[in-house]
Amino acid sequence: MTRRCASIIIVVVLVTGGALAPRLIRAQTPPATARAAAPIDLTGYWVAFVTEDWRFRMILPPRGDYRGVPLNARGRQAADAWDPMADAMPANQCRPYGAAAIMRVPGRLRITWQDDNTLRIETDAGTQTRILRFNPTTTVATRTWQGDSTARWDQPNRALAVTTRNLLPGYLRRNGVPYSENAKVTEYFDLAPTPGNGELLIVTTVVDDPTYLARRFIVSSHFKKERDGSKWSPIPCSARW
Amino acid sequence: MLRALVTTCLAVVLALLFAASDSLRAEAELTGSWAALGSEDLAGDTLPVDYTGLPLNDEGRTRALSYSESQLGMIERQCQGWPAFYFVQGPFGLKIWSDAEPVKGTVTSYTIGAWEDRAPMVIWMDGRPHPSKFAEHTRAGFTTGKWEGNTLVAYTTHMQAGFIRKTGPPSSDEATMTTRFYRHDDVLTVLAVIEDPIYLAEPQILTRSFQLSATELSPTGPPCLTTFEGRVPGESTPHYDPDKNPFVDEMTKKYGVPREAALGYPETLYPEYRVKMRR
Repeated sequence: MTRRCASIIIVVVLVTGGALAPRLIRAQTPPATARAAAPIDLTGYWVAFVTEDWRFRMILPPRGDYRGVPLNARGRQAADAWDPMADAMPANQCRPYGAAAIMRVPGRLRITWQDDNTLRIETDAGTQTRILRFNPTTTVATRTWQGDSTARWDQPNRALAVTTRNLLPGYLRRNGVPYSENAKVTEYFDLAPTPGNGELLIVTTVVDDPTYLARRFIVSSHFKKERDGSKWSPIPCSARW
Repeated sequence: MLRALVTTCLAVVLALLFAASDSLRAEAELTGSWAALGSEDLAGDTLPVDYTGLPLNDEGRTRALSYSESQLGMIERQCQGWPAFYFVQGPFGLKIWSDAEPVKGTVTSYTIGAWEDRAPMVIWMDGRPHPSKFAEHTRAGFTTGKWEGNTLVAYTTHMQAGFIRKTGPPSSDEATMTTRFYRHDDVLTVLAVIEDPIYLAEPQILTRSFQLSATELSPTGPPCLTTFEGRVPGESTPHYDPDKNPFVDEMTKKYGVPREAALGYPETLYPEYRVKMRR
């Protein structure tokens, strides 16, 4: 009977074949670090290719133009009350560069491993730095433009999933379309090949904000990979452009 | 003793099958109703000369500027505005279903349902080749697909010439589209890479996200039907001299968009152009 049982197990193993073996091997020896477990390589320089929402991203839209953003009444009220002069104050200049909107800002990304369990995304537009921790141990009490980001690999989808909280209030669009400190940002990072051996980074951004949004705000942005950092051009936050 | 052994044996087999199943079932579930969110690129077709976000070459720009919306009064041109890639650009949700081979149950195709003037898009998964280059071109084109891990990758050829944006920027019958479908929980992000050697200076790249909907979307919509609207077939085609399009500065007057950006020059799609505008 034992022999028969063993035979059945062997048959099952053979039938499931190559798909099963690596999985079992992986289960026995999980990668020690997020870097070792990475199903995709996001590191390098990426440039935004602004083929969508050009008018909202490349120039300053007029006050009250929040088409496409599902603001609730309070959100519309805040957007309608936008004061460009107040944004010119140093403390407010980075409002359009917070984590809920930064991937929509035309610019370049530099993605590196800060350490084996921490990805770092820098932006030249606004000179912002995002820290994506795969094993967060402590939560920083102070709210910041980029908040606290927890990352995980979505192995079946070969993607990076990131959740960000603890944000300072900022703008979804630079013309004062608001998100609050209660906002939660969920992002998915995917890769795709492009013609001519290029590579694309696709970032899907989901913003939940019970304060100013009637429902989730979801946009997807895309970036082309660049060979090097020769076009990297840091420019501080600016409320004017 | 015997019962315990049999139970143990079955448990091991089931555990192995369960462990294997996740690896064997690589494809994401795409079928269902995916609601449009309306949160991206809503301003793309509001003014006659708004080519922002398009990498047009000179030929494409000239054709676009020669376009007059009165062409929609011509029977033979009434359905040109809704090519295959309109499912990524348009305001519609996606109703996706699959058809299976009856004996083995393998998926032979996915279909993205029609919606008001846009033809349904069938993605053939059964390995059939694309037709000869001499084969008929249709509004939907011909699409094959394959799975790359959890991502469905589709490739469309044999589309009729039409518009890459409803306001006149053209697409040729040599255009192709590669589409990728990424599912993350209840969000579906679609990437479309459109190549057109005739009218685009570089591939146009679009991404659009949809949300899984508990409300069923209709799999069909009224097809684009042509009708007589006052222009007799054979009459001249309404158009503008490209150098004298009366709407060429509307984006500049209304929104302050520089003319070269409104006209879809490729360099306006990169961040450096913001710096240039600032100067």
